[in-house]
Amino acid sequence: MELMEYLEKKAAWVKQETLKIHRIAPGIRLASSLSCIEILTALYYGKILKYDPADIYCEERDRLIISKAHGSVSFYPLLADLGYFALEELGRVGKAGSLLGDIPDCSIPGYETVNGSLGHGLGVACGIAMALKRKKRTEKVFVLSGDGELYEGSVWEAIMFAAHHNLNNLVLVIDNNKICMLDYCTRILNLEPLDEKFRAFGWQPSEVDGHNMKEVYSALQSLKQDGSDGPKVLIANTVKGKGVPRLEADSLCHIRALKTEEIDQLLMEMN
Amino acid sequence: METKVMRDALIEQLYDRMRTNDDIFFVSADFGAPALDRLREDFGDRFINVGIAEQNLINIATGLALEGAVVYAYAIAPFLSMRAYEQIRTNLSILSQVREINVNLIGVGAGLSYDVTGPTHHCLEDSCIMRVLPNFVVFSPGDSVTTEQFVDYSLRVKKPKYLRLDGKAQPRIYDDPRKISMEEGFSVVREGKDVCLVSTGYMTHKALRVAEMLEQEGISAGVVDVFMLKPLDGELLYKSVGKYSHIATMEESFIDKGSLDSIVAEVLRSSRSQADLTKLGFGDRYVFEVGNREHLHKVNGLDEATIVRTLKGKLSGSRLP
Repeated sequence: MELMEYLEKKAAWVKQETLKIHRIAPGIRLASSLSCIEILTALYYGKILKYDPADIYCEERDRLIISKAHGSVSFYPLLADLGYFALEELGRVGKAGSLLGDIPDCSIPGYETVNGSLGHGLGVACGIAMALKRKKRTEKVFVLSGDGELYEGSVWEAIMFAAHHNLNNLVLVIDNNKICMLDYCTRILNLEPLDEKFRAFGWQPSEVDGHNMKEVYSALQSLKQDGSDGPKVLIANTVKGKGVPRLEADSLCHIRALKTEEIDQLLMEMN
Repeated sequence: METKVMRDALIEQLYDRMRTNDDIFFVSADFGAPALDRLREDFGDRFINVGIAEQNLINIATGLALEGAVVYAYAIAPFLSMRAYEQIRTNLSILSQVREINVNLIGVGAGLSYDVTGPTHHCLEDSCIMRVLPNFVVFSPGDSVTTEQFVDYSLRVKKPKYLRLDGKAQPRIYDDPRKISMEEGFSVVREGKDVCLVSTGYMTHKALRVAEMLEQEGISAGVVDVFMLKPLDGELLYKSVGKYSHIATMEESFIDKGSLDSIVAEVLRSSRSQADLTKLGFGDRYVFEVGNREHLHKVNGLDEATIVRTLKGKLSGSRLP
């Protein structure tokens, strides 16, 4: 399938660029930026979302709130490639005067809100979704959240709100990489069973392998079209540090930085 | 004298605006008011009760405002300003530097409005902590007339704002609303010569009573009502208070923590003023004593008689050779 090949190719490029960014900005959260690459790639390169880099806040855009901002440095190459800012910016992440910092913020074209602090994205997205519904607009609101972020109580305030107000234009995508900063979520405070929790709160849950591009694309595409009642949540089962064996095997991968030689080795293998 | 609750005055105004302005939303954290019942009924699609969930109150308000709504978010002052402070910082203060957000936080229960309900419901911190936030407007009116005057400003100035409203009905300070300019942020409500009482909110009523009592003692006291704690033009304020050799700030806030007393101290310092400054407010402790507002003031040395005695002491002290 032509589209899938294209998306796979783009995802591989985004991954390489993310590693290159890590080489110059060791402080970025690499592992959690790697687990959501297929999701972001499908949404943008798969044209599931409507967007316009020339008019970033145009009314016709679908809204994507990246609530797990730390773990979205992989969004930088994608935004640059789509024309939100110059590609050269990717080579200056974290440097004095750069547009792009170690944690993305709302001053970067393509980011809607501030999410360096966790637990805010879903509630703000609920307000946006409610306003759009009231204006009878058909654009959708997508939220990308981490699983660890679900520990924030404010997220559950928003989960209740979305169901009560039947925000059926709202889609929450959980990058379920199962690891927080210090350990596996099952060992910190168990979040499972996530799908049952969401169902009990009035949401429609579905689940995919978050690294299977075909699954991710078709799930997101059908959620985009879905006008049935209730907010939707897609639990994307992912691997934190995906594609970097040393990170994949490490419960502390959130705070690990790779050495330059390791990055070069990985890039060489990818090519 | 006729008294009115600030929130009722505000909600009545908003009700009228909502009839013609479809973009106005009223969001509550399950907090009501007699005047709110009609609004809830007639504008059911633009009145949203998020439940007892102040964090979500701020987040929902932000989302609505990002889509062009003018939002009034309503809750009890200490919970609005402190339970949700990080949401306010992130989604209103930080985000509004990049995107236009018109969210008006209506905090009801300034200072000791909720007197007998104890320290969780007292609100002595908000004017300090809200003034810290960049891009924010902090409004602290003393009566319903001033509160009503804020409505046009709140629609016109598309920034996040915090309204510190008293919970109890208060008499008018202003007979003529034209004496109130939001851009100036304060008003001289009584001229004097010997001492100037610079006050905000509920304490302006007390300042006027103290000024009367001082008058009986042969001391001429002016009163400046500061209703805009941020932004406030310090140079302009100095023009009104600079002539006094004695100044006292009066507020239902903690003192020495960045509220009105700090504003005035900074104005005096930057103008190289030699004026003597007395800060009247609450010290570094919570108020656990039980009783009505005046009792609590008395316990904390803020009753009229004690204030008059304090100021007389200051004034006579300075007259000694």
